[in-house]
Amino acid sequence: MALNSQGRPTRMAENLSTGGYADTFSGSRGLDQSEPLIFERGRSDNTGVDLPEPKGKTTRLGGLDRTAEIGLPGLAEPEAMRHYVRLSRKNYAIDLGLYPLGSCTMKHNPRLNEKMARLPGLADIHPMQPQQTVEGAIELMGELAHWLMTLTNTPCVALSPKAGAHGELCGMMAIRAALDARGETKRRRVLVPESAHGTNPATAVQCGFTTDEIPADATGRVDLEALKAKLGDDVAGIMLTNPNTCGLFERDIKTIADLIHESGGYFYCDGANFNAIVGRVRPGDLGIDAMHINLHKTFSTPHGGGGPGSGPTVFSEALAPYAPVPRVEQTSEGWRLIEQEADADGEPFGRMTAFHGQMGMFSRALTYMLSHGADGLKQASEDAVLNANYILARLKHVMTPAFDGTCMHEALFDDRFLKDTGVTTLDFAKAMIDEGYHPMTMYFPLVVHGAMLIEPTETESKSGLDRFCDVLEALSEAAKAGETDRFRAAPVHAPTKRLDETQAARNPVLRWTPPVAAAAE
Amino acid sequence: MRYLPLTDADRAEMLAKIGVKSIDDLFTDVPQAARLGGTVDLPNHMTELEVERHVSKLASKNTPASSVPFFVGAGAYKHHVPSTVDHLIQRSEFLTAYTPYQPEISQGTLQTLFEFQTQVALLTGMDVANASMYDGSTACGEAVVMASRVTKRKKAVLAGSLHPHYADTTKTLCKYLDIDVVSEPARHDGLGKLSDHITEETACVVVQTPDVFGRLHDLEPVVKAAHDKGALVIAVFTEPVSLGLVKSPGEMGADICVGEGQGIGVGLNFGGPYVGLFACKNDRNFIRNLPGRLAGETVDADGRRGFVLTLSTREQHIRREKATSNICTNSGLCALAFTIHMTLLGEKGLRQLARLNHETACDLADRLTSVPGVELLTDSFFNEFSLKLPKPAAGVVDALVEKGVLGGVPASRLFPGALEDVLIVAATETNTEADLSAFADALKEVL
Repeated sequence: MALNSQGRPTRMAENLSTGGYADTFSGSRGLDQSEPLIFERGRSDNTGVDLPEPKGKTTRLGGLDRTAEIGLPGLAEPEAMRHYVRLSRKNYAIDLGLYPLGSCTMKHNPRLNEKMARLPGLADIHPMQPQQTVEGAIELMGELAHWLMTLTNTPCVALSPKAGAHGELCGMMAIRAALDARGETKRRRVLVPESAHGTNPATAVQCGFTTDEIPADATGRVDLEALKAKLGDDVAGIMLTNPNTCGLFERDIKTIADLIHESGGYFYCDGANFNAIVGRVRPGDLGIDAMHINLHKTFSTPHGGGGPGSGPTVFSEALAPYAPVPRVEQTSEGWRLIEQEADADGEPFGRMTAFHGQMGMFSRALTYMLSHGADGLKQASEDAVLNANYILARLKHVMTPAFDGTCMHEALFDDRFLKDTGVTTLDFAKAMIDEGYHPMTMYFPLVVHGAMLIEPTETESKSGLDRFCDVLEALSEAAKAGETDRFRAAPVHAPTKRLDETQAARNPVLRWTPPVAAAAE
Repeated sequence: MRYLPLTDADRAEMLAKIGVKSIDDLFTDVPQAARLGGTVDLPNHMTELEVERHVSKLASKNTPASSVPFFVGAGAYKHHVPSTVDHLIQRSEFLTAYTPYQPEISQGTLQTLFEFQTQVALLTGMDVANASMYDGSTACGEAVVMASRVTKRKKAVLAGSLHPHYADTTKTLCKYLDIDVVSEPARHDGLGKLSDHITEETACVVVQTPDVFGRLHDLEPVVKAAHDKGALVIAVFTEPVSLGLVKSPGEMGADICVGEGQGIGVGLNFGGPYVGLFACKNDRNFIRNLPGRLAGETVDADGRRGFVLTLSTREQHIRREKATSNICTNSGLCALAFTIHMTLLGEKGLRQLARLNHETACDLADRLTSVPGVELLTDSFFNEFSLKLPKPAAGVVDALVEKGVLGGVPASRLFPGALEDVLIVAATETNTEADLSAFADALKEVL
């Protein structure tokens, strides 16, 4: 007699397929739970906080009381907890797997950093407290400054820029200020390699410059002859990423620096890819005048779904006088914070932001640096470069590397291996989602067709890289074998299918509106 | 090293697969002169315990806001943040995700940004908001640039009671864009003749309310004066909690509203990271000129609702030198903290929190002005006000530190060489009766 004939079935019913029941009544799919907007769930008379009852005294608002309903829904704590935890599960994250976004340096975010940044002595202090009550914070900024200046061999750092692009702006403003101080009113052209991040030209324009693109040579680096042809007395400087966005070290970097300096311009280095060389190469030794450092890339502060970042910017002797306020300076009595332009040496070009910069990121980045030390940072860059080259070596037979030879911390492929398969770079990336991976950077840099830029970082294990390469190999072979449906329909195992970005842009819906109001429109 | 998974055996095997002898062979493109022989001149790695000791020692030299009677504001405010907020933002899926460039596996971030944008629009009384900026001051600068682009005019007028860091940040951002930014002289007694300085060439006028001295402003007269000349009004705030009690910039007719969101969900952090709020009217020209990221609603291939980053043709990664700004991050995690705290508050909690702040500040103002020689300068305020003292405020603040009270910001720290007898004082729901009387007693003693 079969066991359990009336109770729980122990095997699948025959001929049962999931196909007919793909749509559930709830909209959820098992652990992937459907979650409405808070505006569809919360109520303005509900709240998840307990506060003392106000005493109802007369107000001193000058008659400016807000009387109309605001319309902000509230949720009790357990409801709020579920809402956000459910939403969180629809995100990919470094803690879930390899996040090989080229030029983004998605490395492990140590939790010690989080713990240190939350110490009340660092998290619960106000930027306008009297300085004698925050001496440890100023010392921490000083210590971070010391590490950054030592790692780059530069004499000055502005800590306040709030992100990489903000640091670029800081660096280019210092260049503009230095040119203005020299009375150079003609120098307004900035040379930007065509492989540059989009922020570079956008930043140059914000400083009143025009940009002039330098082509790449056949090896993926700046075409030195083209660069020479573009030099002149109207050139303000160059913005160069090194290692560049093709994942290659600019071999001629010292020559480029010399050429720019001889022609009277300055050298801005985009430090987005500092992770490849930190502890092994000091950018100051390469002749740079300014470089921002993404603490959220190289020094592991979390990306947080798109910020906050932090972009301290180092300067050469030539640009140091123009660094913005606030500044931290070492004196015989320790570090001090200079808040006003009048109190600073040189001619600061201004102020990038209120207060003193991203202190929460400074605490995390310093914690990371202390954990690694000089030896660990060097090992980390070496492992980052080793991991990228290992991927390149493992995949070069099935995918098409954009350039010959080895790479630095990221491996660049183009889409030649997908030629005539009907599969695009985008399709390939979306199929990676189904395999449990976040795609690499796609269609950037612009210098190669259908670019795929893979940056594994140093915090991936060899076995993890092997699994990743196995999957990319299998996908490449599937594409070549004509399994186009696998790619064009992808992703099918993500919380949503492919989203219609064209519709979103054509008919922008940027906020929730109440159904009644929507119907009235 | 605890964060590096490769073993020496792995490294050897990988080098062999790559086909090189040593790691140095992968760095041969580096010019010989720039290759470091050993390591940089910094200490070597530390254990987790050693790092904790080192950083904790630095932290212990500071005086946390929660450890003393604390009344410092001027752009950042001490509020209680529910523990749920910090727990949720430390979820790996939020904390360690990148910008949501792959929307199919980023719906968590994208939906919360869409909710954030809606909350900011409701809070400010505006139509639409972006996915956040670095902070209030940079949002202010970007708003002026946007106003200049929308109006095709090159002049901006800043009220004298705008936070000086905001004014300086704005001037720096506009410096090389040929936008002429003029600040009115510092004043704590209202807007003066601000409207008289608006001309047919003015792109925008920037007014903060509550202003840096704590004073509230009715924006309607300025809005009328500006609109008569075809100029825009940018309303600025540094305390988002005020909007639970005070009429919103949108209700008063502002065109763009920017502010610091730190007061909801985000700790003091010695000045950053914070979260800039940026909202404006629903005007096609405005939206096409917005800086920063935007989350928008769409559908997936099955017709289900989903969210994506949208209108990216404004942004640097598509438009390069023609972008509306060079920004490529928002303040994602801080925006998440803001939106979670706002969801926990709801309108009911926000209004209650705002009322508590106001009442505490009213109570404190009464106590402090009963100290002989102390005069209240701001006849309207939310949770921050300014006092005229019989002595220079900087010295008074230092003397209060000796009494164990952090008693506000001397105006001269923000406006060097001016307003030396003015003290800017903030009070929030975190201040107890005992804090208020400690402050009043200490002030009496030091004056």
